[in-house]
Amino acid sequence: MKRLIINNSILPILTILLFIVIVWYLAAIPMNSEKVTRQFKNLSFTEHVEKTWNLKKPKLPTPHQIVNEIINTTFYKKISSKRSLVYHGWITLKATLAGFILGTFLGIILALGIVHNRAMDLSVMPWVIASQTVPILAIAPMIIVVMNSVGVTGLLPKAIISMYLSFFPVVVGMVKGLRSPDQMQIDQMRTWSASPNQLLWRLRFPSSLPYLFASLKVGIAASLIGAIVGELPSGAISGLGARMLAGTYYGQTVMIWSALFAAAFLAASLVFFISFIQNYTLRKMAILR
Amino acid sequence: MISVENVDLTFETNDGPVHALKEVSLEVKEGDFVSFIGPSGCGKTTLLRVIAALETPTKGNVIVNNMPPDDARKAREYGYVFQAAGLYPWRTVSGNIKLPLEIMGYSSKEKEERTKKVIELVELKGFEKKFPWQLSGGMQQRASIARALAFDANILLMDEPFGALDEIVRDRLNGELLKLWERTSKTICFVTHSIPEAVYLSTKIVVMSPRPGRITDVIQSPLPKERTLEIRDSKEFIQIAQRVREGLKSGHLDEDL
Amino acid sequence: MNIFLVLFFIVWILGWLINIRLSLIKNAKFLRFFIPTLFGFVILLMWEFLVLGLNINPVLLPPPTAIALKFADSLDILWIDFVQTLIKGALSGYILGCGAAILTAIAIDKFNFLKRGLLPFGNFVSALPIVGMAPIFVMWFGFDWESKCAIVVVMVFFPMLVNSVQGLELVDHSRQDLMKTYNASYTQTLFKLRLPSALPFIFNGLKICSTLALIGAIVAEFFGSPIKGMGFRISSEVGRFALDMVWAEIFVAALAGCLFYGLISLIEKQLTFWHPSNQK
Repeated sequence: MKRLIINNSILPILTILLFIVIVWYLAAIPMNSEKVTRQFKNLSFTEHVEKTWNLKKPKLPTPHQIVNEIINTTFYKKISSKRSLVYHGWITLKATLAGFILGTFLGIILALGIVHNRAMDLSVMPWVIASQTVPILAIAPMIIVVMNSVGVTGLLPKAIISMYLSFFPVVVGMVKGLRSPDQMQIDQMRTWSASPNQLLWRLRFPSSLPYLFASLKVGIAASLIGAIVGELPSGAISGLGARMLAGTYYGQTVMIWSALFAAAFLAASLVFFISFIQNYTLRKMAILR
Repeated sequence: MISVENVDLTFETNDGPVHALKEVSLEVKEGDFVSFIGPSGCGKTTLLRVIAALETPTKGNVIVNNMPPDDARKAREYGYVFQAAGLYPWRTVSGNIKLPLEIMGYSSKEKEERTKKVIELVELKGFEKKFPWQLSGGMQQRASIARALAFDANILLMDEPFGALDEIVRDRLNGELLKLWERTSKTICFVTHSIPEAVYLSTKIVVMSPRPGRITDVIQSPLPKERTLEIRDSKEFIQIAQRVREGLKSGHLDEDL
Repeated sequence: MNIFLVLFFIVWILGWLINIRLSLIKNAKFLRFFIPTLFGFVILLMWEFLVLGLNINPVLLPPPTAIALKFADSLDILWIDFVQTLIKGALSGYILGCGAAILTAIAIDKFNFLKRGLLPFGNFVSALPIVGMAPIFVMWFGFDWESKCAIVVVMVFFPMLVNSVQGLELVDHSRQDLMKTYNASYTQTLFKLRLPSALPFIFNGLKICSTLALIGAIVAEFFGSPIKGMGFRISSEVGRFALDMVWAEIFVAALAGCLFYGLISLIEKQLTFWHPSNQK
């Protein structure tokens, strides 16, 4: 069945990708034309088009320029070099993972509290929901600056922003998941006079797993965004976010785009990684067939 | 009225072709109450959907009211009642009944009149403003029937309309359906998997069996048009039920061979 | 131990006890409102006393009273920033992006091929850090609100598209057949059946996107803006260590976010009252 779905959608996806690439190249012509006419005179049409696709600081870099840049900065630079994309990616990834793990941990604990304690449910839960509507990312620069000023620098401030962002989806998903067993299943446990602990570990926790994994996917994507935004202020010099900012300062559009693609690749691999664990775990527990 | 001739229908699925209907022929006369009965997978619902032009047969001929079924659908010659009530949860009972009338472009005055009429017909007076999810299953199904009656098509196609109801409610609705049929003199095709229901309601019982879906027996009921629940204890009733059961059994015997 | 720290612990314990007490009362409607409000109030009080008690430098963490004062003091600036960022940037982008996404969903819904290609693609893009495109948009559309609007459009488009397409797809089959038996036209089916039944999904998308729009508009201003706007104010005041102003801006963002979310939920309740999740 799964195989069939993949086969059925691979052609449409490729078509859409191809379409995007074509539109991209077409759009690059008018967007970069101005710069080309300023730099070169008396070009034939084909030469003109060719130039728009290969400018040094184009308004819209073309896919092959970006791919070249990524390959260059990934494979032909030393990993420890400040010009290596792997180096910057690793800095961002570290902060993302640290924040994600912290946030997940905290989220699960809070969710357990909310499900088991009515006072907490009534007082904390509304705030958790309300906090989802608040653009937490806006606080990011403040957290960075404040923590820098008390001497905490590097990984931790970014990880805290990531933690903040991944924490809320986990709480909300986990509370929903822990409450997902219906009354009949809970009553069934009761007829066996199961202890609260058994109720939690044999019923509530297993039934919450599909919800947990769905939240983890949202959470890790949010973590990455948090880490990147956390690298924007205060003159951070390493990380994908810093690379984007540096690109903006120096008009290095190819650099911005390659950092962006690296971030996209990172996000996709992280989400894919969670999906992989999800499939493995749920299959093992026979929740998913 | 409805004539089905040598109809074959094969679905292409991932596991290969499924023979849903094979050489099915049937004649339904005006004013008939025809039941299709058989185990699941015997194609009774598919046959109804072919008549309604919701499926196209791979082979064979279907005529509904002297035209191909798709033309009959476009001319709104029939009303269809689905298994689950299929009412729209965001519309009230009367809003649901008005839905086909809106689509067919009736004037608002006529919409009101017709809605009022069919609501009385199915005895749902006083519940017009309720939403479907505020009604019991039996009432939902009555509203669904009212919706199919609203635009006065002379054929009524019903796909296990009472399948999800308990037996007590089902008996009552069966009685009401008979009265309705008598008063409106519609032609009804009725899919069911209950033998007593089929025998109690129909003038003609079509017994079907699966793999491939086909007709194994057609029974013309000798019961009078006016029937009460007590008729179910009569000798004729039991004899017909016996014959239906035999028909269903023989379908299964074929399968074992 | 000074008096403020003592007060801090008293408020903590009292708040906790009252909350536990109140939560034992069953079925009181006002509690749904009262307990969280009390909880929030207790947290604010604790924050105030903790800052005063531990002598925390207000540059690092200003007490709530200072934030409130600053808020009341700079209403005019806050209003200018609010209009610049949230009305001009976020709201315009939100309306454009969500509107375009719903229209696209309706358009591609007819073509299974497009749907199969766009749905996984849209899901993928929804997980990407699109905020990162902000510097590019600032380059293309200038420092003013247009670039913020553009980034918001891109950020909300795909989550909204995915939700709308899923909603349109999940229409009950027998209802669709029913429309067919009425020989209903495409538009009749669309407006009478498919859009109404897709509404819960569409509203889900609208809710997710409301937060995204705020984030996009504010973060985009970190990359360049005229000398007004919430993102601009936050980054420049952080640079001057005027954290009370930053908190005031955050308060405005939070309030606006909650109100907008609440408004959408309210409309949702009105329009999707029939959905099982709304029936008690």
